Amino acid sequence: MSDELKVELGRRYRFAASHRLHSEKLSQEENCRIYGKCNNPYGHGHNYVVEVHVSGPVDAATGMITNLADLDEFVNREVIEAFDHRSFNEDVAEFCEQVPTTENVCVEIFRRLKAFPKAKLERVVVEETSNNTFEYAGRESRITLRRSSKRENQ
Amino acid sequence: MVYLTRKIEFSASHLYHNPVLSAEENKRIFGKCNNPHGHGHNYALEVTVAGEPDPVTGMVLDLKELKEILEREVMRRMDHRFLNYEVEELKDQIPTCENIARLIWKLLEPKITQGRLFKVRLYESPDLFAECYRNGAAEE
Repeated sequence: MSDELKVELGRRYRFAASHRLHSEKLSQEENCRIYGKCNNPYGHGHNYVVEVHVSGPVDAATGMITNLADLDEFVNREVIEAFDHRSFNEDVAEFCEQVPTTENVCVEIFRRLKAFPKAKLERVVVEETSNNTFEYAGRESRITLRRSSKRENQ
Repeated sequence: MVYLTRKIEFSASHLYHNPVLSAEENKRIFGKCNNPHGHGHNYALEVTVAGEPDPVTGMVLDLKELKEILEREVMRRMDHRFLNYEVEELKDQIPTCENIARLIWKLLEPKITQGRLFKVRLYESPDLFAECYRNGAAEE
């Protein structure tokens, strides 16, 4: 096969946050029907895991795509510090009007990390619980939801 | 297309040091990974092979054969070794997760003759990994 070998670096981060799934565009009954217990007016929370994938040439002198310290600092500043121990609906401007589903959170994290200057952002994977995982690789791609069990435990 | 993934684990030590750089630069770039005595990890390797199941055996490739290839190419070379000093192919490279994953790809690709090597993912810790694949090879 002639196409070149691509190397990606993946790094996992964690934050805890709360959200309430509720849309002003829907009636109370519709909100209740669509979002179920996630529509509870007081909200609820998750331990989120964010997997960040970056790619680029492996520097011959360092053996690295990017220095981890640079990636950690960027992700911590742009995402973790902004989301950890917050309420998405109340504390994150982007979600004051947009419903903070993990699909939307995943896209927002991708948007925030796209500007990482040291390597190309390939994809963002967000685990809302160990059973629900969302993946987004930019505008040209689809959001992928992987559900690993039918257990209704969230 | 069916994607089959096999996982193995090995333990090895390494250190990051580039003799071309000054001691200060090595310290700044590599931090505690620059400790001259090295340190170790439990690596987890996931190898994904893509192919169509054989109509007779129902297999993309014989898992037993893949196990033997991984034993020969990866385990014997890297398990319980000091990667900088004992893995010939890494002697002139910094044994980062990126470089080890790339080496594993190069070792495995020619050996996998049933199906084709689709992806190699090497975890250095549960929160850090490198992945290798052919550019343009997309999962269906």
